Amino acid sequence: MWRDALLVAGKDLRVEARSRVTTNQVAPYALIVLFVFGFAFDQDQYVLTHIGPGLFWVAVLLCTLLAVQRSFSLEAADGARDGLRLSGLDGGGIFLGKAAAIAAQLVALEAVLAFGIVVLFGAHLAHPLLLLTTCALATVGLAAAGTVYGVMSAGLRVRETLLPLLLLPVAAPIVLGATQAWLAAVGLVTGSGWRWLTLLGAFAAMYLTIGVLAFGTLLEEA
Amino acid sequence: MDQVIRLRSAVALVGRFPVLAGVDLDVFGTEIVLLQGANGAGKTSILRACAGLLRVVAGEACVLGVELTEDPRAVRRRVGLLGHATALYDDLTVADNVTFAVRAAGGERSSVRPALDRLGLTGRLPATRVASLSAGQRRRVSLAALVARDPELWLLDEPHAGLDAEHRDLLDGLVRDAVVRGRTVVLASHEHHRAHALAGRIVTVAGGATPPDPAPPGPLPVPGAGAVAAGAVAPGVASEVTSVA
Repeated sequence: MWRDALLVAGKDLRVEARSRVTTNQVAPYALIVLFVFGFAFDQDQYVLTHIGPGLFWVAVLLCTLLAVQRSFSLEAADGARDGLRLSGLDGGGIFLGKAAAIAAQLVALEAVLAFGIVVLFGAHLAHPLLLLTTCALATVGLAAAGTVYGVMSAGLRVRETLLPLLLLPVAAPIVLGATQAWLAAVGLVTGSGWRWLTLLGAFAAMYLTIGVLAFGTLLEEA
Repeated sequence: MDQVIRLRSAVALVGRFPVLAGVDLDVFGTEIVLLQGANGAGKTSILRACAGLLRVVAGEACVLGVELTEDPRAVRRRVGLLGHATALYDDLTVADNVTFAVRAAGGERSSVRPALDRLGLTGRLPATRVASLSAGQRRRVSLAALVARDPELWLLDEPHAGLDAEHRDLLDGLVRDAVVRGRTVVLASHEHHRAHALAGRIVTVAGGATPPDPAPPGPLPVPGAGAVAAGAVAPGVASEVTSVA
């Protein structure tokens, strides 16, 4: 399974490196989202500082949708999904590989977005260990859930509209937990940020388990 | 001779539509079998079922000793399917695509270069993105992946489509070589002249089934080869009509 995961992740990342969709389209899109929300919420520094972490995770969530759509549209073109099925790769391995590739893209986007909210919104970055752990768990959770719902909608003609409908409500706990952990880390809310990591960790573990166990079957039905 | 494919009253559905409605088919090791029939007759569906991509929901289906009704995934690594689609990634290079196909199927990276050379994918082509290739070149990349994988059972759906005369000859040579190496080939083709000359046996498909033979097999006119008596099974000469629509 691990060998298959590495193979699939390598393939997906190589496709992204060659097509440069993430760097040339998704990253600018993420920054535009920050700009637009910034304008919508006025340019009051106090407001922007407080909503910065929330905007960050909303932008990450929207980028997740694009990354997942892209990941599965690769397999929809010219019978590639049949090629993947015919290769006999382990379903759990394909899931882990695709989720890892999506997570790697999200990490790069999060770096760009973090820079954006610091520069544009004057957001504080304190307690780096807590923030990095939050980012890691939330990214794994988003990538895993996105991959599960991505394959569920992959074979449908309405996949472009169905995926957001499925994923956005499901990912709400991640946005909530990650935002609260960040706000707690920079002292904008009371309480420890670490307790939110339990929610993020549980979410990530749940979708990783579901994905490893069910992805093969879901791919067959897609 | 080992039996490679055994279908008995095989039924397969796409949605609620029976694309296979009682197929009987026997294919033995090192045979080249041609599936012939009109568009929509079920040739592609038979190939996809044999590859474990289309689930057989009723009847018997055994390919390379694997019961497809129980676990169709178990046979996939041992089968190669060249379908209408090329199953290539546009943003990857020719070499990347073939390497991924080979390694995903558990093969060795060292088989990639000889396969590319065999299909004439040399010079700058291995480093070229597939999106930049013509339809014929994409087809050759797909064939290179199949050659590099060298599965036990080759399932070829309109393999000559999109290829020029030179590469059609090359494909025919690859198929004959595969059989010499002990592989088995089932192909569906509307290129009657070439396919008849290549196949050792012909099976007619109609309405998602292989209708029973209404009469004992008789001589089959083969373009360019004259009439051939039934019974002889030699690659290169279509020798038997298993069933007639």
